[in-house]
Amino acid sequence: MTILQAKQAQKSGANHSVADSHTDDGFSDLHPAYSTLQAMAESNRCLYCYDAPCVTACPTSIDIPSFIRKISTANPDGAAKTILSANIMGGTCARACPTEVLCEEACVRNVAEDTAVEIGSLQRFAVDHLMARDLPHPFKRAPETGKQIAIIGAGPAGLSCAHRAAMLGHDVTVFEAKAKPGGLNEYGLAAYKMTDDFAQREVEFLLGIGGIRIEYGKALGRDINLQALKDSYDAVFVGVGLGSTNNLGLKGEEFPGVDDAIKFIEQLRQTEPKSDMPVGNNVIVIGGGNTAIDAAVQAKRLGAGEVTLVYRRGPENMSATEFEQDLAKTNGVVVRYWAKPVAIKANGKLMGMSFEKTELDASGKLVGTGETFDVPADQILKAIGQKIKPDDLAGMEITGGKIIVDDTYQTTAPGVFAGGDCIKSGEDLTVQSVEDGKQAAIAIDAFLKTTSA
Amino acid sequence: MADLSCKIAGIDSLNPFWLASAPPTDKKYNVVRAFEAGWGGVVWKTLGIDPPVINVSSRYGAHHDQNRRLLGINNIELISDRPLAVNLQEIRECRKEYPDHVIIGSMMAPIEERVWKDLAQQIAESGVHGIELNLGCPHGMCERGMGSAIGQVPEMVEQVTRWVKDAVDIPVFTKLTPNITNILWSAEAAYKGGADAVSLINTVNSIISVDIDNMIPEPVVDGKGTHGGYCGSAVKPIALNMIAEIARTPETKNLEISGIGGITTWKDAVEFMALGSNAVQVCTAAMIYGFRVVDDLIDGMSQWMDDKGYTSVEQFTRAAVPQVADWNELNMNYDTKAVINTDNCIECGRCHIACEDTSHQAITMTDKPEGGRVFEVVDEECVGCNLCYHICPVPDCITMEPVKTDKPPMTWPEHPLNPMRAAAE
Repeated sequence: MTILQAKQAQKSGANHSVADSHTDDGFSDLHPAYSTLQAMAESNRCLYCYDAPCVTACPTSIDIPSFIRKISTANPDGAAKTILSANIMGGTCARACPTEVLCEEACVRNVAEDTAVEIGSLQRFAVDHLMARDLPHPFKRAPETGKQIAIIGAGPAGLSCAHRAAMLGHDVTVFEAKAKPGGLNEYGLAAYKMTDDFAQREVEFLLGIGGIRIEYGKALGRDINLQALKDSYDAVFVGVGLGSTNNLGLKGEEFPGVDDAIKFIEQLRQTEPKSDMPVGNNVIVIGGGNTAIDAAVQAKRLGAGEVTLVYRRGPENMSATEFEQDLAKTNGVVVRYWAKPVAIKANGKLMGMSFEKTELDASGKLVGTGETFDVPADQILKAIGQKIKPDDLAGMEITGGKIIVDDTYQTTAPGVFAGGDCIKSGEDLTVQSVEDGKQAAIAIDAFLKTTSA
Repeated sequence: MADLSCKIAGIDSLNPFWLASAPPTDKKYNVVRAFEAGWGGVVWKTLGIDPPVINVSSRYGAHHDQNRRLLGINNIELISDRPLAVNLQEIRECRKEYPDHVIIGSMMAPIEERVWKDLAQQIAESGVHGIELNLGCPHGMCERGMGSAIGQVPEMVEQVTRWVKDAVDIPVFTKLTPNITNILWSAEAAYKGGADAVSLINTVNSIISVDIDNMIPEPVVDGKGTHGGYCGSAVKPIALNMIAEIARTPETKNLEISGIGGITTWKDAVEFMALGSNAVQVCTAAMIYGFRVVDDLIDGMSQWMDDKGYTSVEQFTRAAVPQVADWNELNMNYDTKAVINTDNCIECGRCHIACEDTSHQAITMTDKPEGGRVFEVVDEECVGCNLCYHICPVPDCITMEPVKTDKPPMTWPEHPLNPMRAAAE
């Protein structure tokens, strides 16, 4: 742990230890923003590597050494432009990226010193600095092409695509099912990662490029359909994410108190003050990803007495990063590994859940041991994965629960492109979705030049 | 612990570390704190004739690195702005209370024999061990015909030195300005004038930075700035060269030297002494960190001496001087190559891009099949320039290894490709 990290841990510990304090509701910044002094000190730890490993590790290939150097020379707005030119949602990624398995894992400072440069915090410092100033949008649009692009979904992929397409001179209409833009940035990330309405502020900033119109309350399959969009627009981008969740397949799953973790987080994100959000006294969270951790930690911070996170395999198998797992433990979440849910227990009201212990058999297959235990609960949150809603995606081939795209992000439907969580491009991360959207916009631009030639 | 006592210009000192004439030695309060901290001596802030000068507000400018560490300071402060009698009384008190510590009186005056002699005698009567002639300040005082205005004219350096030597019977240090074309001219002048030692360097004339919001050189005094004296670790290389030149030149090598110029660590002090200084003076490091830095100067030097088996500072004083040569004396047949220790390499790529863009394209960068990259020196292209060795952030990752050769040493004057040699034959 660097001194800076230690200081922050101290700070955040002080902030979060008393969830019901008058000054803090437990949902202030997980990583407090850097002061100018912290940014100066940490930026000077960067060695300004050539062909840097951190850049390779970033899905959006942000020129990290260049932006950090600009911070160190007192040019934070220039740093922000370097970041945003590669990743228009650099502000969200600075807050939500699992940097410990991306850029910071690749940092050469790990090799000899075991402590990476805190790239995420520096990125946030730069982007926040620029966004806090009332400056014109930092990017210019190319001359208008007269081409119309429809984008389905105002999440990270859709908005990233919209911004890049607008920069390339196209006119963009975004169709969004919900009432607000931002997708999972607005509805899915933990509240303590996205304080001060950042998702909305970022979208407002992004729209500053011009040439982008968003229509809210327009869901694919309900209010709009792919064929009609194909007919009316020169190209279509599908960035619908994963609209459906996996079920446990247990009796009683529809019982009140049994919810999807993603819906719990969505409701929490839209509740102000956070203390108005209802939470159980004994909460069980099922799953091993970052959504499970986000739900468990936030349930605890809302005041749940006991939060038990149950995962069917061991800690090394969790898709949640080590940092996230530690976060759950330091927030008082009880984590139980090697157990799977076998029954929901209810008696007029939700009582709890039965689990069977699991292990790997000789062939490495996960099996139940026959030994069971019960955990009382008045709320159960399922975080066992999301999946695509195939009904609305007629005309595009889907395999393994993901839309098939070629190297240029084009689906099997000509002129229809896709990106983000609904395609198989890598981890289900904001930063990957932003990259998908950006690259798809560049591909669409090339496609439009070919078709109009 | 090694014995750090030393002698310069006949003056015995507890250790070679003195505070230079500057704000830290302005008055008794500071000097007492300095002696208590462990400094062997002080050169009192420069005394002039009454009435005392008036100083301006805003006096220092700074040269920072990007991490806000001070690499250098420049100052536009003048000499002591307190009455002469007050300074001399405090000197007397300090001499009495700290009889084992050295106090040198620094002075400057207009170029008039009577003034120099009178002032020197008054200072000598206060009980100082010696007198230092401030012929160096490159700001303010030079506009009044003092400081570097005298130090830049060798004849005046000699004259002033002789006046003071004639007037007092204690050792005289002539303090030299680096703001000249050849330090040997003023050093030789001091020698001819009878100086017991020279002190150098005084500050380097400089404008340290510009306030680019208001377009004023810094430090700013009500909308204007002026050039000032630059000091601190950034000027160390300038000082080392001038000291070495004096120490190795036959006409000046008998001068004792009080080395000054950005000494910050014990290693800096060792280098100053190895190149010719009999003792050293420090100012900026104390201004940045306080008098306590002397603890590291003393401890580091004595640890190093113990490690090397030195029992007195005289044993390494001037030890590097014989190895200071003219370029024409260097062996053209000597060759070194960079060697990268891949076990220590953190793969930052800095050596590659520095060599590729600005040197000899002698370090290749290749992707490894298992990920990461490997950096290798192309011996045929490597000229042994040391650039990669210096910029590598990991100590001992890149070393410079001499190439074995059968060729005898050969200097440029002896070299067959030297057209001057061909012409001479």
